[in-house]
Amino acid sequence: MRESIIRLEGASKTFPLPEGGTVVALDRIDLEVSRNEFLTLLGPSGCGKTTLLHAISGFVQLDGGAIWLDGEDITDVPAHRRPVNTVFQNYALFPHMSVDRNVGYALDVSHVAKAERDRRVGAALAMVGLGGLEKRMPRQLSGGQQQRVALARAIVARPKLLLLDEPLSALDRNLRQAMQIELKNLQAELGITFIFVTHDQEEALTMSDRIAVLHKGVIQQIDTPRNVYDRPGNTFVATFIGASNLFEGTPRRADGKLSLVTAGGEVIHAVESCNKHPPDTGSVTAMLRPEQFSLGGSGDTRSEAFMDIIVEQTVFVGSNFEILGHTAAGRKVSAVVPASQVNRIAEVEDTKRARLNYDPASVHLIARQGPQA
Amino acid sequence: MSALTRTQRLSAQLGILIGPASLFLAVFFICPLAIMAIYSVLAPGTYGGVVWDFYPHNFGRILGFADPDFEIYDPVYFSIFLRSLKIALITVLLTLLVCYPAAFQVSRLPERWKAFGLFLITLPFFASLIVRLFIWVLILKKTGFINVALMDMGIIAAPLELIYTDGAIILGMVYIFIPFMFLPVYASVEKLDWSLVRASQDLGANGIQTFFRIILPLTLPGIVGGSIIVFIPALGNFIVPAVLGGAKVLMLGNLIEQQFLSARNWPFGSALAMLVMASVLLLLYLYIRFEARRGDEAPAIR
Repeated sequence: MRESIIRLEGASKTFPLPEGGTVVALDRIDLEVSRNEFLTLLGPSGCGKTTLLHAISGFVQLDGGAIWLDGEDITDVPAHRRPVNTVFQNYALFPHMSVDRNVGYALDVSHVAKAERDRRVGAALAMVGLGGLEKRMPRQLSGGQQQRVALARAIVARPKLLLLDEPLSALDRNLRQAMQIELKNLQAELGITFIFVTHDQEEALTMSDRIAVLHKGVIQQIDTPRNVYDRPGNTFVATFIGASNLFEGTPRRADGKLSLVTAGGEVIHAVESCNKHPPDTGSVTAMLRPEQFSLGGSGDTRSEAFMDIIVEQTVFVGSNFEILGHTAAGRKVSAVVPASQVNRIAEVEDTKRARLNYDPASVHLIARQGPQA
Repeated sequence: MSALTRTQRLSAQLGILIGPASLFLAVFFICPLAIMAIYSVLAPGTYGGVVWDFYPHNFGRILGFADPDFEIYDPVYFSIFLRSLKIALITVLLTLLVCYPAAFQVSRLPERWKAFGLFLITLPFFASLIVRLFIWVLILKKTGFINVALMDMGIIAAPLELIYTDGAIILGMVYIFIPFMFLPVYASVEKLDWSLVRASQDLGANGIQTFFRIILPLTLPGIVGGSIIVFIPALGNFIVPAVLGGAKVLMLGNLIEQQFLSARNWPFGSALAMLVMASVLLLLYLYIRFEARRGDEAPAIR
């Protein structure tokens, strides 16, 4: 593992609610982020991700636990003395200052010499592609340009850590996708650790080295985008990221084959070697992503790994068809099949029945209800 | 076929809407003002009224070119003008000093308490101004609350000169003008976007830097607005000096009142009033220039 730049140990924070009672925003969080890593904090609103970000930037005082930045305990260091900068959700550009003065703010308040300041402001603006707009006021810029100014302002002082609080949420879809790639490139170029907060899973999957999924103040899983998607640690992660079909049942081994039998009698086939710790007893959940199904013909018996469903609806979504239905036992199933299987889809729409094939090796078994609080 | 275009209809509607207000202002504000402007350059009649001769010496009596046939220049009027200016400026400063921090306190209160705080600030408007000023007389006079209390405690032997001083006038002025300063200042403080303050701290600015670089510039419109709203009536105020200044301290407002009601020298009173107005207009002009310059550089708050 690479050298860590920031480490949180047992970080806890509880807020009082206006209507009485309290809410636990951070529940003894341990987190370690490596130098030059792009980490995304992903979770639904109210999961504690913004509180975690504010704890790192210094706007939230922890009730318990500690934060180390680059080997130094910064738990009690005030926000303005932490070498951490933030790109705010609404950009928070100073409306009474030009682009130049906004970007130069961090250097001006720390009295960096004029020539050095101008050079660094110029470099930061060039880096985000805004050279030549120094004299503009924030209100004279488009949303995308304001976003870039906020970014330039946050990187100009070369922080050890850059925090980004849902910075792309106000941009339209095309611009957002362009900025995702640009942010990723910028991070590689700067060599600064990024901690990016979002509730948009697509954004998280696209940009991150690792994703930390938060729910109810607890890190549910922290792993690479591939693993978080393919091998979710618990059912919350499985349902929060991407669409999934979950089947809860009891594991069974016969002839060296592993399968799972649900209460409704459906049998899901899995492969032992594809699941690191296949559980022996108790309740287990099998996860199948909709795109892991393919349409088999009605008489197709090549594989025993299939599922017959009664089709309720087929939805055309461009390159794919989404098939929504339920099993004989009444469990909802959704499958996504390529639109190129047009003949079979027509047949499904006719008969209202479908046989969904899947590869047992792609079935992911979720052993236990990991940390969910 | 409609005889009127859309634009014509709109301007007709506009005329109906603002017509009455314009007419009212024309009759009851512009006309008296014009009369006063004309009177200020006419000669005073011996038994009141005006003589229709051009007579610039009304202004001369104040500014240094008094009528040589009649009197020698006495700088007393000009010093009254300067003292009024000084007292008005001190009033602005003190009300600002009280209201600016208070506005931050109130704006950070929970929603329910905020409304209550604003109610408390405007509460004095519910009682008569004269009554409120006479209460200060009771507190400040020789046998008033403060003097009696201090003497009973043995801290002072003889009563202090509290009332009928510049200090008493300033106290009274600050007291009555606080709501006028508070409301505009509060409006701009309430509008302040606290995420900007956080951004400033995040970028390494300490409290003092954040105040002078972010908070002060962004609340300046309220400060300037409040200062003007307090300065203008403070400069011409005659009730406070009349009640708390006694006969000792004369301010422009009292002088003008005297000229119209006792001395019956309407042209001289008019000239004094014009002078007050000129200083206010000068101030407003400077303010507009300042706003225009700010407007080039700073935006409407988004």
